[in-house]
Amino acid sequence: MAATATRAAFGEALATLGEKYPNIIVVDADLAKSTMTLAFAKKFPNRHLDIGIAEGNLVGIGAGLALAGKIPFICSFACFLAGRFEQIRLSVAYTESNVRLVGTHAGIGIGEDGYSQMALEDIALMRSLPNVDILQPADKSETLQAVEFLVHHDRPTYLRLTRHKLDDVHEPSYRFQFGKGDLLREGNDVVLITTGGLVKPALDAAQYLSQTGINAAVINIHSIRPLDDELIVKWAGKTRHVVTLEDHSIRGGLGGAVAELLSEEMPVPLKRIGMSGFGESGTQEALYEKYGFTGTAITATVKKFLKA
Amino acid sequence: MQQTTDIIALQEIARELRVDIIRMLTAAGSGHPGGSLSAIDIVTCLYFSHLRHQPEEPHWPDRDRFILSKGHGVPAVYAVLAKCGYFPKEKLMTLRQIESPLQGHPDRVRLPGIEASTGSLGQGLSIALGLALASKIDNNRFHVYCMIGDGETQAGQIWEALMAAPHLKADTLTVILDYNKAQIDGLTNEIMNLEPVVDKLRAFNWNVEEIDGHNYSQVLGALARAKSSRGKPAFIVAHTIKGRGVSFMEANLVDWHGKTPTPAECEKALADIQVMRY
Repeated sequence: MAATATRAAFGEALATLGEKYPNIIVVDADLAKSTMTLAFAKKFPNRHLDIGIAEGNLVGIGAGLALAGKIPFICSFACFLAGRFEQIRLSVAYTESNVRLVGTHAGIGIGEDGYSQMALEDIALMRSLPNVDILQPADKSETLQAVEFLVHHDRPTYLRLTRHKLDDVHEPSYRFQFGKGDLLREGNDVVLITTGGLVKPALDAAQYLSQTGINAAVINIHSIRPLDDELIVKWAGKTRHVVTLEDHSIRGGLGGAVAELLSEEMPVPLKRIGMSGFGESGTQEALYEKYGFTGTAITATVKKFLKA
Repeated sequence: MQQTTDIIALQEIARELRVDIIRMLTAAGSGHPGGSLSAIDIVTCLYFSHLRHQPEEPHWPDRDRFILSKGHGVPAVYAVLAKCGYFPKEKLMTLRQIESPLQGHPDRVRLPGIEASTGSLGQGLSIALGLALASKIDNNRFHVYCMIGDGETQAGQIWEALMAAPHLKADTLTVILDYNKAQIDGLTNEIMNLEPVVDKLRAFNWNVEEIDGHNYSQVLGALARAKSSRGKPAFIVAHTIKGRGVSFMEANLVDWHGKTPTPAECEKALADIQVMRY
């Protein structure tokens, strides 16, 4: 398959699943063109609602739809959706309304729009709630399967998607397993634990590192919650050097989750790759290069970490 | 659930429920008497005269829904639910105690009969709208009622929902404003004036009725007309008195938002309620 933005794969999944599952309702806040729900909206116009630029109302409507037995996917840019944390906290999480919270335009990967449209804090926010699951697929195949999984899943879930195109990192035979870490590469010197848009760059880095005699394992964490504690602890124990990578703040996201786990279960040196400040405008490629998210940059960071 | 339009019967139920409200709040030592007493007449009319519901089947999928968006008024709902048979009346005295299903604000998970966990003001109306939209998609399967507070109507999210419901023709939704004119730090017209609220709502394309929220004939009439509103959702602006039924609360609207009676005040309150005239 050609490289595909996971938001596009999401849109495709919805349009297909809408036929099989008449209870799927999709709600947008004037970003349907960007969240890629238009194909669904065209096929099922009475099951797509656009409620305008009002994300607080969006979250509450999603909760109400879920409480009435519908399967709601509510969609906006990740930063705007997570920004309605108070509504997610009460109307979704505490009420236990089974809403699929879909945040597109994750990370600095969105490029030229700049920081105001970039979600760098959303995973941290969702992690702070006791019962909101968190999925970030790495490619098209994983996204299609994750969306179908969410139709049946019985807990509120946050689905984090990219604007920019992601290369395939899986074989056609790949089967998504909720809550399981996806071991993409074995290696004994260091383990790269990564998610979403940084999975391919991590694999690239592992390739470059192997050319210098450093063997890196790579684990794709599509399920940030529930986290595959066992797999992470196992590979931390094997390699004794852990690097986390995410297009998100280094505070409270995947790096935070891994740090919390390992400090209790397997304390080993840990390096978090992610954003420490705000984002800015630029092409996705230029931004990834500036902030150390390319295979080359990651290689340099890992080498420095291992020497320390 | 057997419905009645007998106003005297309904008023006597509400009298009994006012006693329950005062008793449970006095026992709890914390909670919100003023806003519970301003709401109880409307909530009584809803549950005993209007809502299609089955206390023995709180999850009946086609039931009408009532969302108390002004969640701190929940003692009124607890009193009504107990009287309807959703749970044993003795549980009322466990309000706010640890492990009690009667949490300080509505808890959908802990107490069947509560439709949404509210308490963070401004959110319940959007949830009610989502329920109403689901009902519309299913050919008007059930009706949704939502009570909001006047202080709460200062919150932006309320206005998001107030714009959206008429735009989406959510005529399966009826909203009631418990307009008791007082909030924590003062009267609403001092803190953040809502007026002219009826004009605003009409401008937002709601079918608006303005009533005395303690006049049963007006409440019942408005609820009936609201339910038959077609193409536009209905809004009932109910003028109420914070602490209605208790003389010293009615005389000090702002003080009794979140303060509970002492045992001596409780006795005085119960005496007032016994002789209360509707």
